[in-house]
Amino acid sequence: MNKEHKDTKTKKFGMVIDLDLCTGCGACMVACMAENNVPFKEDESNKLDSITWMRVYKLTNGKSFPDTDICYIPRPCQHCGGIGDHGHSPCVSVCPATATDYDHETGIVSQIYTRCFGCRYCMAACPYHARYFNWWDPVWPGDMKESLSPNVSPRMRGVVEKCSFCFHRYQQAKDRAYANGRREIEENEYQTACTQACPAGAITFGDLNNPEHQVHKLVNPDPKHCGRPKNPKAFRLLERLQTNPKVYYISSREWVRRAGDNYIKNESKQIA
Amino acid sequence: MSTKENAKDENTENGSADQDNKGRGDSSSGFIILFFIVGLVASLVVGWIVFPKLLYSRKKQPIDFNHVIHVEAVDEGCESCHFFREDGTFSGIPKLEQCTDCHEEAQGEDPNEIKFVEEYVAKEKEVPWLIYSRQPDCVFFSHVAHVKMAKMDCATCHGPVGESEHSKVYEKNRVTGYSRDIWGKNISGFKKNTYDRMKMDDCAQCHEKETGDKGSCFQCHK
Repeated sequence: MNKEHKDTKTKKFGMVIDLDLCTGCGACMVACMAENNVPFKEDESNKLDSITWMRVYKLTNGKSFPDTDICYIPRPCQHCGGIGDHGHSPCVSVCPATATDYDHETGIVSQIYTRCFGCRYCMAACPYHARYFNWWDPVWPGDMKESLSPNVSPRMRGVVEKCSFCFHRYQQAKDRAYANGRREIEENEYQTACTQACPAGAITFGDLNNPEHQVHKLVNPDPKHCGRPKNPKAFRLLERLQTNPKVYYISSREWVRRAGDNYIKNESKQIA
Repeated sequence: MSTKENAKDENTENGSADQDNKGRGDSSSGFIILFFIVGLVASLVVGWIVFPKLLYSRKKQPIDFNHVIHVEAVDEGCESCHFFREDGTFSGIPKLEQCTDCHEEAQGEDPNEIKFVEEYVAKEKEVPWLIYSRQPDCVFFSHVAHVKMAKMDCATCHGPVGESEHSKVYEKNRVTGYSRDIWGKNISGFKKNTYDRMKMDDCAQCHEKETGDKGSCFQCHK
């Protein structure tokens, strides 16, 4: 183990999204693109070409009026840890270039653009479609290039990109803490752009290992069962794949929770 | 008998013929070896001396900066000018505003200072310093983590810059556009001092020694 990190606790940054609060406004998507220099395309409706690190999907219960119901579900990268958080994420284990790795100190799955050569195995492996391929070099209209964030390196044609949980914000938060002579950062010092942008306050971000943090209080992850939430209203996407994601969803609606996993129709028992 | 003699004669004839061939072979193979050696030396000269010269373009700093004089004049060493901001970010090379604090007017007779005051301070123009240790865009480096937390000396990575009386020539790699300080002076990649190179392997080497592991990608990349 790391000498330096022996002084600091191992983190497991995660996100909790309350779907009862989400209105589907898309502010998280906009904030994410602005924060992370995500290029946009002339035709954003072409979903084979467009890139959305954070993407809001719309679910319906498939019933007609008056029972019809919809739910918006924002989907960032799930930062899967694999069983036991050993870093055996679907994407990390297939990357032939080690362009994506699992950080055992923070639990964040990285993507190193200069190392990626664009084979797109990780995109095929990701069960959440959270990874996007740059088919073209980004084109910034007018002077927009001048207003890009210097903290996030822009991507070039031919590489894969994805949500990083705004890792540069973690680096900045650590720098600030170091300047003040602290090793540990506070909960509010590191928050992702989408978390701060959500007008409904549906997104919560923090350290899942820290019982003091809001995310831990909300879902109460069970370390004995791969971090599965003890809160009965909380769920994770495709839980049965045992990818052990760090993004939790909360919904009071049974059909939404069931939609989180692709159960076969009329399946009686949830496999866990 | 006669056949045997004939055979003997033939043998001797053949023998002498062999010797002739051998003699000719010696001179030609000697020429080949000579040719090979000359070619090898020529390509080594091209590879080790001519190519590195061609690979790097040499640029002079706009002002020849004397670190020695400045270090003597300030109280807090390197951090007097290369300071940390409150949020932990590193200021790097000082901006004109900071230099102007002392150099609103020339303090001495040095032609470099006079040039600086006349061309930059008077015109309020930033000096286009060439940055020797600029890393690629994808690299995140936290000065505060190394200097404040790990208590490292600036010289460990940057070398004894504070003892330099003149700015050294900035050598820019024509292919990559990066400074030669990243690859190192030695074209073969040998290094004697910790500050000879600034490549990823050099970071990883020290991290492995000091912290026990190289760390994950995101520790230094963005």
